[in-house]
Amino acid sequence: MTDAVAVTSTRELRGVLHGLPGVDEVGAKARAARLGTRSIKNDTKAAAIDLAISMVDLTTLEGADTPGKVRALCVKAVRTAPGAPTVGAVCVYPDLVKVAVEALAGSGVGIASVATAFPAGRAPLEVKLADTRRAVADGATEIDMVIDRGAFLTGDYGRVFDEITAVKEACGEAHLKVILETGELATYDNVRRASWLAMLAGADFIKTSTGKIQPAATPPVVLVMLQAVRDFQAEHGRVVGVKPAGGIRTTKDALKLLVQVNEVAGPRWLDPRLFRIGASSLLNDLLMQREKLATGVYSGPDYFTLD
Amino acid sequence: MIFDTGYAPAPESTSVVDLRASYGLFIDGGFVTGKETFPTINPATEETLAEVALAGAGEVDAAVAAARTAYENVWGPMPGAERAKYLYRIARIIQERSRELAVLETLDNGKPIRETRDVDLPLVAAHFFHYAGWADKLEYAGYGTTPVGVAGQVIPWNFPLLMLAWKIAPALACGNTVVLKPAETTPLTALAFAEICQQAELPAGVVNIVTGAGETGRLLVEHPGVDKVAFTGSTEVGRQIAHALAGTSKRLSLELGGKGANIVFDDAPLDQAVEGVVNAIFFNQGHVCCAGSRLLVQESVAEELLAKLRARMETLVVGDPLDKNTDVGAVNSAAQLARIRELVASGVEEGAEPWSPPCALPERGFWFAPTVFTCVAASHRVAREEIFGPVLSVLTFRTPEEAVEKANNTPYGLSAGIWTEKGSRILAVAEKLRAGVVWANTFNQFDPASPFGGFKESGYGREGGRHGLEAYLAQG
Repeated sequence: MTDAVAVTSTRELRGVLHGLPGVDEVGAKARAARLGTRSIKNDTKAAAIDLAISMVDLTTLEGADTPGKVRALCVKAVRTAPGAPTVGAVCVYPDLVKVAVEALAGSGVGIASVATAFPAGRAPLEVKLADTRRAVADGATEIDMVIDRGAFLTGDYGRVFDEITAVKEACGEAHLKVILETGELATYDNVRRASWLAMLAGADFIKTSTGKIQPAATPPVVLVMLQAVRDFQAEHGRVVGVKPAGGIRTTKDALKLLVQVNEVAGPRWLDPRLFRIGASSLLNDLLMQREKLATGVYSGPDYFTLD
Repeated sequence: MIFDTGYAPAPESTSVVDLRASYGLFIDGGFVTGKETFPTINPATEETLAEVALAGAGEVDAAVAAARTAYENVWGPMPGAERAKYLYRIARIIQERSRELAVLETLDNGKPIRETRDVDLPLVAAHFFHYAGWADKLEYAGYGTTPVGVAGQVIPWNFPLLMLAWKIAPALACGNTVVLKPAETTPLTALAFAEICQQAELPAGVVNIVTGAGETGRLLVEHPGVDKVAFTGSTEVGRQIAHALAGTSKRLSLELGGKGANIVFDDAPLDQAVEGVVNAIFFNQGHVCCAGSRLLVQESVAEELLAKLRARMETLVVGDPLDKNTDVGAVNSAAQLARIRELVASGVEEGAEPWSPPCALPERGFWFAPTVFTCVAASHRVAREEIFGPVLSVLTFRTPEEAVEKANNTPYGLSAGIWTEKGSRILAVAEKLRAGVVWANTFNQFDPASPFGGFKESGYGREGGRHGLEAYLAQG
């Protein structure tokens, strides 16, 4: 399958990206806020919590990560709670992919690795590609790459495009999530353009943030990206996923995201293959709310393991 | 899929509202029973909420007399800073009781709780706060400091408490006393407001509320003891009032109908324009005098915009107004539903093509699915007459000149919207639009500091902001 579209020069890309309708900031914020007032109760809430669990990319991206921590996280990823689904994937640094592969063998949980000199992306292309190839060779099924924000912001769209297509090629069978790092893109117009650029270059997913920069996955940013995948599908036929990451900690945040997915991109995206939530502490809150809904009582955070 | 059958019901509790079986008239600080009563119903269920007193000539006389006495003895002579204290107190009580008032408004009107909670009530309180601030600063407003006297005010059913605030807050701030008649289908929040006046210990007679239908309104506006008439409602009734008041010394301000044009240029932020179009016509079931009921879209983006609009309309939640997820509630009355149906039928007959998203409407109550008409000619009734319902007529244009010409080609002139990323175009087009309010890249935004009112047959006089003081001051 060739996912890249035949526009590659910076000039051509500029024509396409700057021809997209603008985003009115006030309107986008108002719409996102309005969707945040939806009230999700009872059966809908129970189903939404389980869906959200299955969409979590359970993440640990710290300098202090250890094989032991990754193993613990993998156990949690598979055995979330009795009757609850497994998470979507475990997301780790490249050097810990092997540990995750071993721990998750046969579980069906994806192994995502950040690559391309995450989080800054400041490395020569050869290094980024080597980073990617090694993670894939070690067993990563999903690669989370970062774009070169410097190149994007200076308008060198061709360079960003080429880098994404090269990484996509290096991914082979692994799914490619392209991190836009929206906190550095300054405007919603840029978020929309970067989304399209990544999709045109063959991204399987577009992802908001590394989690290392604030603001990260704000509701209006997710809104604009969901509009982008919807519009891209309408125009090119290819369905691209969305992954908000960074600052999503509560069940309420997750439910608001699902409402956005449902009403902006459409119900088709309510699927872990097309929507993921990058988070670390979110899972425990989802599990706590799940138990509260089932039993009617809060057991408290001490009853949920910190992995 | 988890949301296939919509979101689980999330009804707002009605336990905060203490509905009484019957309500009297609020005259001279107390509630008095009328000789006759009429029922007010919940338009979402057709159940009777309460019986309300019908004010006849005697009751209107008594209310106007009470207002006169209060004006001459208490409220007129009171320093502005003292009047302000009462208005601030009223504003605070409204905030404290806002949940109760929002639920009551939704029950009586049929509009969604999301709107009464997030739009109506915050604006009502803000309006009282705003005019409370003016009460001791009238000398800086430029219209003198002398009140007009007794104001007779007649308000519509689409924003019952908000229209009350628009009328009463500036009148009281300027030192006038009022007799207000709410619409016959939505009297309950006005009567709750009467209780708030008691709670705030507002001097007796400063605010009087008389309930009834058109005849009560006629008795009030034609009453010789009334110095100033303010009316919001249909152009037809506005014309009758202007006729009745001609040759008298009474002052009159009218806020009437509209057929607002929402103009979308090809360089508009399309996703936000779609939101704006939805907010312009489906907000409050389209029962909005300044609704953007005509969508004028540049032909090069018409197809794309309409595809997005239809997809967006499919996500509108229509149904129980008390459900926190409802976007479009019940039509206010059987009469209004009949009028919407009649106009929509005329649109179909004249050749326009209607489209509505699939939505199951409740069996009881008054409901109309959100509707878009395409293939609309400028001469179709759906493009010319105010439908006052969730019905949008779409027309296309090629050049900015054509857009302005089409937008202005209506006897009304209340509102318009412009959608474009080009600032210079916003200014150039806004200047040529004959409309009292022009929104740019937004629609149906209200603020107590911003004046509101119409051109041509949409009425005269301004409400809101400094300009809103003019109608209630003698040198205005």
